[in-house]
Amino acid sequence: MHIVDRRLNPSGKNLANRQRFMRRAKSLIRKAVHESSASRSIKDADQAGEVSLPAQGVHEPSFHRSASGGIRDHLLPGNKEYLEGDTIPRPPGGSGGGGSEGSPDGEGQDDFRFALSQDEFVDLFLEDLELPDLAKRRIVSAEAVTWNRAGYSVTGSPANLALMRTVRNSLSRRIALRRPKTGEIQELRDEIEALEGDPHQRDRKLELEEELTRKLRRTGLIPYIDPLDVRYKRFEAHPKPVAQAVMFCLMDVSGSMTEHMKDLAKRFYVLLYIFLKRRYKNVDVVFIRHTHVAQEVDEDTFFHSPETGGTVVSTALEEMQRVIQERYSPDNWNIYAAQASDGDNTASDNEKTAALLTDMILPACQYYAYLEVGRDSEHFPPGFIRRDSDLWQTYSTIVRSGAPMAMRKVGHRRDIYPVFRELFGKKQGAEAATA
Amino acid sequence: MSISLGKPALRAERPLFEGADWEFSTIQRCHDAIEQVAREDMGLDVYPNQIEVISTEQMLDAYSSIGMPLFYKHWSFGKHFARNEAMYRAGMQGLAYEIVINSNPCISYIMEENTATMQALVIAHAAFGHNHFFKNNYLFQQWTDADSILDYLEFARGYIMHCEERYGEANVERLLDAAHALMNHGVHRYPRRRSLDLRREEERVRDRREHEEKIFNDLWRTLPPKEGGHHDPTMEERRRALLQLPQENILYFLEKTAPRLLPWQREILRVVRNIAQYFYPQSQTKVMNEGCATYCHYTIMNRLHQKGLLTDGSMVEFLRSHTNVVFQPDFDDPRYSGINPYALGFAMMQDIERICTQPTAEDQQWFPAIAGNGEPMAVLRDVWANFRDESFILQYLSPKLIRQFGLFHVVDDANEPHLAVAAIHDERGYRRIQKSLARQYDVAWTTPDIQVVDVNLSGDRRLILHHRALNRVLLEEKDARMVLQHLADLWGYDVLMKEIDPATEAVLKEHAATPRSGIIQADAL
Repeated sequence: MHIVDRRLNPSGKNLANRQRFMRRAKSLIRKAVHESSASRSIKDADQAGEVSLPAQGVHEPSFHRSASGGIRDHLLPGNKEYLEGDTIPRPPGGSGGGGSEGSPDGEGQDDFRFALSQDEFVDLFLEDLELPDLAKRRIVSAEAVTWNRAGYSVTGSPANLALMRTVRNSLSRRIALRRPKTGEIQELRDEIEALEGDPHQRDRKLELEEELTRKLRRTGLIPYIDPLDVRYKRFEAHPKPVAQAVMFCLMDVSGSMTEHMKDLAKRFYVLLYIFLKRRYKNVDVVFIRHTHVAQEVDEDTFFHSPETGGTVVSTALEEMQRVIQERYSPDNWNIYAAQASDGDNTASDNEKTAALLTDMILPACQYYAYLEVGRDSEHFPPGFIRRDSDLWQTYSTIVRSGAPMAMRKVGHRRDIYPVFRELFGKKQGAEAATA
Repeated sequence: MSISLGKPALRAERPLFEGADWEFSTIQRCHDAIEQVAREDMGLDVYPNQIEVISTEQMLDAYSSIGMPLFYKHWSFGKHFARNEAMYRAGMQGLAYEIVINSNPCISYIMEENTATMQALVIAHAAFGHNHFFKNNYLFQQWTDADSILDYLEFARGYIMHCEERYGEANVERLLDAAHALMNHGVHRYPRRRSLDLRREEERVRDRREHEEKIFNDLWRTLPPKEGGHHDPTMEERRRALLQLPQENILYFLEKTAPRLLPWQREILRVVRNIAQYFYPQSQTKVMNEGCATYCHYTIMNRLHQKGLLTDGSMVEFLRSHTNVVFQPDFDDPRYSGINPYALGFAMMQDIERICTQPTAEDQQWFPAIAGNGEPMAVLRDVWANFRDESFILQYLSPKLIRQFGLFHVVDDANEPHLAVAAIHDERGYRRIQKSLARQYDVAWTTPDIQVVDVNLSGDRRLILHHRALNRVLLEEKDARMVLQHLADLWGYDVLMKEIDPATEAVLKEHAATPRSGIIQADAL
């Protein structure tokens, strides 16, 4: 009998099948992921999750008998009261006395819950998204290094030992120095043994023994592998050009923003943040929130701390302008910005905002996205037509002039994701630029 | 319950293990002790064992590829894995304690989480019970080749991988989808006639000639010829005979006859067909196989306990798990989901033992051949070797068991307003219950009878299938149409299926399918 411990075998044997299944069910899974993203709380938007798939979509058909019609026999255990010839009213559900027989192939027809890992979830979630027009590349030191093979070296770590090269060197050295081969020595020994006890051949034997001693000595002196022979594979670091990018997140947190609107805005930024974090290693994110004053804050404050006040949009743009000047020179950085607001602005500020945007911000930016969060539109009485907000009107003129800018409105949680995809879907950059 | 097995038990000095922990030496000791009981006391004859310890994830892996250790890749296995995993994680479904493979050596997978008692139970159950059954049952001997199955699976996986590289994953996947849909109809149900080799053919010709010479009588020549003359088989019949029609092995028929399949596609159909054939005996021997294994583990564990090799604590743990396995809920119990093959099989094996050792007058009358012969193991070994579920139940389901299970037979005729109780566990009902229960395990009754009946290869090449709808139960329409579509794709031309009432030969329903272009890569004509 053999006992084999298979526990240490590489796990994930089924990964290939799983990937095939996911590819097969991709449209279904994608739909389920999008649906579940609307119901998730902000905090675990990028966690692993279960999604529910309709079983029909990935059904494997087979010929089997239908569950109704015809004559059926049931053999059941546990008779308590029935006698031969009794009749039993047909139980509701049709299939008759059999209780739950289950479908013939043992497959339930219910939806089945399908657990996605975090990576799978986010990958599907962020599929086909990219930062548009990521053009300015610049060589930076950290991370962006690839290691390329560059010949051999005499020093290195054992893991990089170039075995073939080492043995080849050793072989040529042994040939050059005429190190006796094991075969030769064995032959000599055999020969000496054969002459053992033969008095006529004593001289010959002595001669051979002397030769053997010499050869053995030589073998001892000339090592099989000498440190001289050892070679290591050498690697050289090549700096890789990477695209540096910075994303400015500008959020209005003034008193006019209701909790609902703030929730929408935050959801939008959470998506944006997950997207940048997962897709781009070298993206900096700058959080700026504003009321009638603007302030650069850290991630935690941005998402979680309450704040209220009046609304002056231009302050946020000024703050952004300041940060750009201090840290992110437009020559070296791809600059992106996303702004979320309810569209209210102090009337006197609109002109200043427009001027700031067209003169200072947009020329430095690759892409500027504006998201206007509104009340849940279902709450408006029918026939009520909303006037476009101040900011929307202001920005519309800028967009019409052909700036790399896009704007969308969002009224409900479920719209956040589609709008996000519209803003950052692939090729969006080109469209926005031509819009 | 007592086990009476010849020799009195010698008490061992020390039990095989104490507590729940185990290591490889524990497994080895258990295996050796169990082997002794199995071979000496029970006379089991098994393939050499290979026991493999696996983790939960690996068990789920094995689940999704029908229990085989290596299998080709297909999305449906990923689907099964995902579902099993989700159910397991949610706590809705436990995992099997073991999986055993009908191969030589016989591979049993045991889970690392099991306690020492469970490992002993699993070894007795799988490595000896199932193993003996695999090696000795006639169906397995006839239909499976335990020596080569792993090699074949290795080949199959490699071949399909090679095809994927060469012809594209999508093409192979669609072909496998279609083949899987027809998998249940890819088995030969009867051993095929082997074609004779030249020497045998010559012998047969010589024998016939000798026979003719022997019975030669010139008088026969003078008889007037019969009216209507000699019946000549028509072209039609000869054509059908050449195509081996009617043919119930649809995958085989496609592999040999489908006009537009490429050679690699035929080979893949063959792989799917061979695997289906390999599992064919298992579906026919569920009750017997599990009954045999359960009876073996029960006997062996009791014997080990008698010998003092199992502690009382382990014994209680074992009994608890055993009773769970052989639990049969009544039909009106919410837990009821059909007859538990473990329960029925185990009860029948134990019943045979009782009939052999302590027969009642009723047993004497029903089973005169074995009642009171005092050799239960010999009878059981014979049963395990020569029966399948259907014949086993027909032969050995005793009146006592029918009463014990309270079995009754209900007929559900869609044309009647009520269900009728046709037979219960009484004198008049025993035979009828035996017969109708046996029928439930007869594959000819449980899988729909679908056959390729005709095709005109020189005409429009439309493939015609018949489903003989037993008791007028039709096929589930939606699925049938999907499978038929797959069939049409493989065949490359139109397919028509008629559902026929075998009693009246009336056509109850017809389905037709036309091949979709570009689904199965076809041979250019």
